[in-house]
Amino acid sequence: MSQTSIDPRSLRAPPKRPIKLSWADERIRGIFWQVVVVGIVVSIVWWLWSNTVHNLEVRRIATGFGFLNREAGLPIAESIIDYNPTNTYLRALIVGLLNTLKVAVVGIILATIFGTLIGIARLSKNWVLRTLSATYVEVIRDLPLLLQLLFWYAILQGLPGPRQAMHPAEGVFLSNRGLKLPWIEWEGAHSLALLAFVVGLVVTFLYRRQAVAKQITDGVPRHTWPVALVALVAVPLAAWAALGAPFTPDIPALRGFNFQGGLTLSPEYFALLAGLVMYTAGFVAEIVRAGIQAVPNGQREAAQALGLRPGAVLRLVVLPQALRVIVPPMTSQYLNITKNSSLAVAIGYQDIVSIANTTLNQTGQAIEGIAIIMLVYLTISLSISGFMNWYNARIALVER
Amino acid sequence: MSTSMEAVASAARADAPPAIMLDKVNKWYGALHVLRDVTLNVALGERLVVCGPSGSGKSTLIRCINRLETHQEGTIKVDGIELSDDLRALDAIRREVGMVFQSFNLFPHLTILENCTLAPIWVRHMPKAEAEALAMEYLERVKIPEQAKKYPGQLSGGQQQRVAIARALCMKPKIMLFDEPTSALDPEMIKEVLETMVGLAETGMTMVCVTHEMGFARQVADRVVFMDRGEIVEQGPPNEVFENPRTDRLKLFLSQILRGH
Repeated sequence: MSQTSIDPRSLRAPPKRPIKLSWADERIRGIFWQVVVVGIVVSIVWWLWSNTVHNLEVRRIATGFGFLNREAGLPIAESIIDYNPTNTYLRALIVGLLNTLKVAVVGIILATIFGTLIGIARLSKNWVLRTLSATYVEVIRDLPLLLQLLFWYAILQGLPGPRQAMHPAEGVFLSNRGLKLPWIEWEGAHSLALLAFVVGLVVTFLYRRQAVAKQITDGVPRHTWPVALVALVAVPLAAWAALGAPFTPDIPALRGFNFQGGLTLSPEYFALLAGLVMYTAGFVAEIVRAGIQAVPNGQREAAQALGLRPGAVLRLVVLPQALRVIVPPMTSQYLNITKNSSLAVAIGYQDIVSIANTTLNQTGQAIEGIAIIMLVYLTISLSISGFMNWYNARIALVER
Repeated sequence: MSTSMEAVASAARADAPPAIMLDKVNKWYGALHVLRDVTLNVALGERLVVCGPSGSGKSTLIRCINRLETHQEGTIKVDGIELSDDLRALDAIRREVGMVFQSFNLFPHLTILENCTLAPIWVRHMPKAEAEALAMEYLERVKIPEQAKKYPGQLSGGQQQRVAIARALCMKPKIMLFDEPTSALDPEMIKEVLETMVGLAETGMTMVCVTHEMGFARQVADRVVFMDRGEIVEQGPPNEVFENPRTDRLKLFLSQILRGH
């Protein structure tokens, strides 16, 4: 229908309703309840605060974070950074934070990949695949995570000892001490190559974005792979070679009662990661399935009928609509993985909760310990939801 | 258009190579036989209307023409290219065949203009400025250029369907398929969409329309095909088919359609 002339009466401003000081006015009722709620919250906080301060005074407990600089004397089995028990509590807590991040970040990535595959498999035309993935989702979602963690840990503890370790390939050992893998002596050249690779990822991403923008303006399709090859393979290799191409294999070997050398995946880390990933993947699968099913089949057909290839149909039509449905609940799952990683305590993986717990036991600084744990989870969670909200806003539908 | 002119026009078209050839096409959904030995040629520039009761296979038939459905027996050739599992043949055919759906199927995350430029940019590799100019040209032809910056959800059903027509035309197809384009619309919107389709027919576009709009069929169709239970029962010029139905099935169908309107 074409735009006809507008009736001038419809241009009048809406009538203003005067505020009446009466219970019948919903605005007055609204203000009343807001005052009540804020009053209750403020009183609770004040009560908790004064109670705490009073009790601390009575028990003569010193507050403050001075204890962080004292020697920890606390052994930690696995750490990304150098650590020994003579280091400070601060460093011990940083090790715990890094261990939490190690399991959360890897867990988020693996759960996303694994969950997406299962979600797609649930929509498969293949009966076996569909039934298997549906069973997986139902079973995994119905069992408590703690039980699953204990299950994986028990299985790993049931593995043979180091002397009878499974030895499927040269330098690979699987025992109750964890999985040992061949690695290399890490040197500056490797760090540089890794850095070059990360820079290469950014460069490739930016190039790809620009190539797409250029294709839209001038119509000429451009390949990304030559740039990716140079940025991701050639430059890192050159950086490594420029520093003498160091390569000293570090192969684990049995010395006495345990292994030495190589890369170790501890049974605790492995059990925690496996449990978190498998549990969360069940939820991610359902989210992905819902997202895909939320896009009507007609959208795919219309895109195909216009001559778009399957990849373009997915990228330009299906994904932009499916992600809208997927991203908000996915954010919750990422937060869940991070917070559920605190169940590490149950199987002896030393994450931030485990180390902060030991710290508060040793120093008696319970409030500070709990505050640190809260601060860590709050920071990680706000960072995740901040990033996901930004991403969601970017892909959101403007109008529907 | 007078009858004699129609005769001349269709005689001229008969010499041209057929745009669409269906030869003994059979299709089953599971055990259900939905297309039975359908043989049909559509000449270049011909306007064909396909009608029939629901479940007669008419939608399946036109969805087979651009392979949104696959047939299991027989051959379909579009613009001389045979439909098969060959993806390059499929690409070539889908570029030449535009389709308009009953439920519009506009992309809700793109503006009207972006809906129209998506395929020209990504399939035809047309520069954006050129694609936009082309899109505006077609949006003007379907009489909604002022809606270009809006999203599909902000438009009425009739406007959305006209955008869907413009979107298909932006690929400059040789053949247009319409799958019950007015069945989801209110009467006043049916009119605006049909007017757009009549305008398109006047440009000489090859059109295959599944529709129950008898007025439209009479006005523009060169030939009407009546389908029932997966087979073509009767076909001929609209006046002949509608005035002198030979089979009981078509008589029954026509009486039901007329009662409905």
